[in-house]
Amino acid sequence: MDKKTVQKVANLARLNLSEKQENELEQQLSKILGFVEQLSEVDTDNVEPLASVVDIELPLRKDEINDGGYADKILKNAPEQAEGYFVIGKVVE
Amino acid sequence: MTNELTNLTLKSALDGLKKKEFSSVELTQAHLDAMEAHRDLNAYILETPDQALAQAKRSDEKYASGDNAPLEGLPLGIKDLFCTKDVQTTAASKILEGFKPQYESTVTQKLLDDGSVFLGKLNLDQFAMGSANTTSYFGNVINPWTRNDGKNSQLVPGGSSGGSAAAVSAGLCLAATGTDTGGSIRQPASFCGLAGIKPTYGRCSRWGIIAFASSLDQAGPITKTVEDSALLLQSMSGFDPKDSTSANKAVPDFTSQLGQSVKGLKVGIPKEYFMDGMPEEIVKLWNKGKEWLRAEGAEIVDVSLPHTKYALPTYYIIAPAEASSNLARYDGVRYGLRVPGKDINETYKNTRAEGFGEENIRRIMIGTYVLSAGYYDAYYIKAQKVRRLISEDFMKAYEKCDVLLTPTAPSAAFAIGENEDDPIKMYLNDVFTVPASMAGVPGMSVPAGFDAHGLPLGLQILGKPWDEATVLQVGHAIEKAAALNLSPYTHQESAA
Repeated sequence: MDKKTVQKVANLARLNLSEKQENELEQQLSKILGFVEQLSEVDTDNVEPLASVVDIELPLRKDEINDGGYADKILKNAPEQAEGYFVIGKVVE
Repeated sequence: MTNELTNLTLKSALDGLKKKEFSSVELTQAHLDAMEAHRDLNAYILETPDQALAQAKRSDEKYASGDNAPLEGLPLGIKDLFCTKDVQTTAASKILEGFKPQYESTVTQKLLDDGSVFLGKLNLDQFAMGSANTTSYFGNVINPWTRNDGKNSQLVPGGSSGGSAAAVSAGLCLAATGTDTGGSIRQPASFCGLAGIKPTYGRCSRWGIIAFASSLDQAGPITKTVEDSALLLQSMSGFDPKDSTSANKAVPDFTSQLGQSVKGLKVGIPKEYFMDGMPEEIVKLWNKGKEWLRAEGAEIVDVSLPHTKYALPTYYIIAPAEASSNLARYDGVRYGLRVPGKDINETYKNTRAEGFGEENIRRIMIGTYVLSAGYYDAYYIKAQKVRRLISEDFMKAYEKCDVLLTPTAPSAAFAIGENEDDPIKMYLNDVFTVPASMAGVPGMSVPAGFDAHGLPLGLQILGKPWDEATVLQVGHAIEKAAALNLSPYTHQESAA
């Protein structure tokens, strides 16, 4: 893990890091990736990846409206709102 | 230092309320007073005394009219990861400071429906990421236990449910909710001399619990006794259509096997849990646990979980991957902190950099990296494959035994600042708890002894999927055999 990769990943994760943080993360992440590297010694040929531990089939429900109609509650914690909408800075010039 | 009402267990308080020996208002007020006297522990992020007393008053009316619910009038602490309607919920993060959910989590709604009283929101590691409760934006939680070396160093309560454990141990609530992703109920329970159970994945609804790693997160209780854990888990459990991974299974009576003999039960000892450099006192405690259960007629069998050593590295791929995805929602648009930038992307970046804690940033970075193009198969899919092998290890072991017995943590509570220099050192705290999380099986920690400094140590009982009742039964047998004084205050007075 080099500094360029740290910067690239930080951009993907939308994190504005200081140079000090980048340097620290370069070291720490290399160490952690080194630690997880030991998995390469496990033979996983013909092993299916496990996404969920419990034997539950994801249930389907009827495609009908059963909730909603409370925009005021949804907007209650917004940093900025107007006319029933979330407000953010200009996105399209 | 001791107060009769705050020393009660959940069960004895319930009995006292039923017999009208005291009222819920008196019981609640005693805890509110204790909370105020012990703010130095920093166990609560938010105290809600007005709400608590109003609930207690309603509970007293229910007792008077005879419509009391199963947990009527019992004051609880709620980990600040559970969304509570109109009450600030932060996940101990600056990014959610001031957030007031407009809904109640399913688990806390069940506790409210059963009549319990909420004293406030308990401190935790930021977004439940940590093993020492030293990553909260609202400051460290202090363990009420201290070493008997006269130095009075402040110790960590464990994490991430550190506020829950410190509060229950110090008598700042009768019992508390916790959540466990890789050991966050069991390790703090061990560090504070308490019982705590992580049920089978799918037993409790995750709806309204702020998500960390969704395929691992489970709610559970942290309590003074095993019986209290059974009582609280009973209320917290059950199917919820709002959580697609919640199991549509009947919830058995978790107290039904308490006190039953463990005679004939097969207790497995996984040989891989004997680790190099494991402290002598942990090995001794483990042996003592075996002896107690053998003396009660259980059969001790050696078993093998061959992929144990890979559980932690697997966890540190899967948990950060899921966390990076879950924490993507904190963007400064819909709730929480916003730090404006020159455009929307800069607003996201500023908000997230300023709002998240260091450990959150570390895990988001690892998670984003292992999920990014070119690395997904090498890391994430590989980890999911190893996860299947870890899970299969457990199922094979359970062909030979009913439960597994292991230590909960590799040490007793450590001092604040210790293990902070290297993230991996901190991660090793969870070496005995993470494998069961990977497999989704139930696990509980029960206090079983003390280390050389007089600090509590726990043993861990792991069970078959959906068999919490047997886990609690064995936990109860160990608790009875150990017969410890687990008040952090009177234990040390009597030892001195």
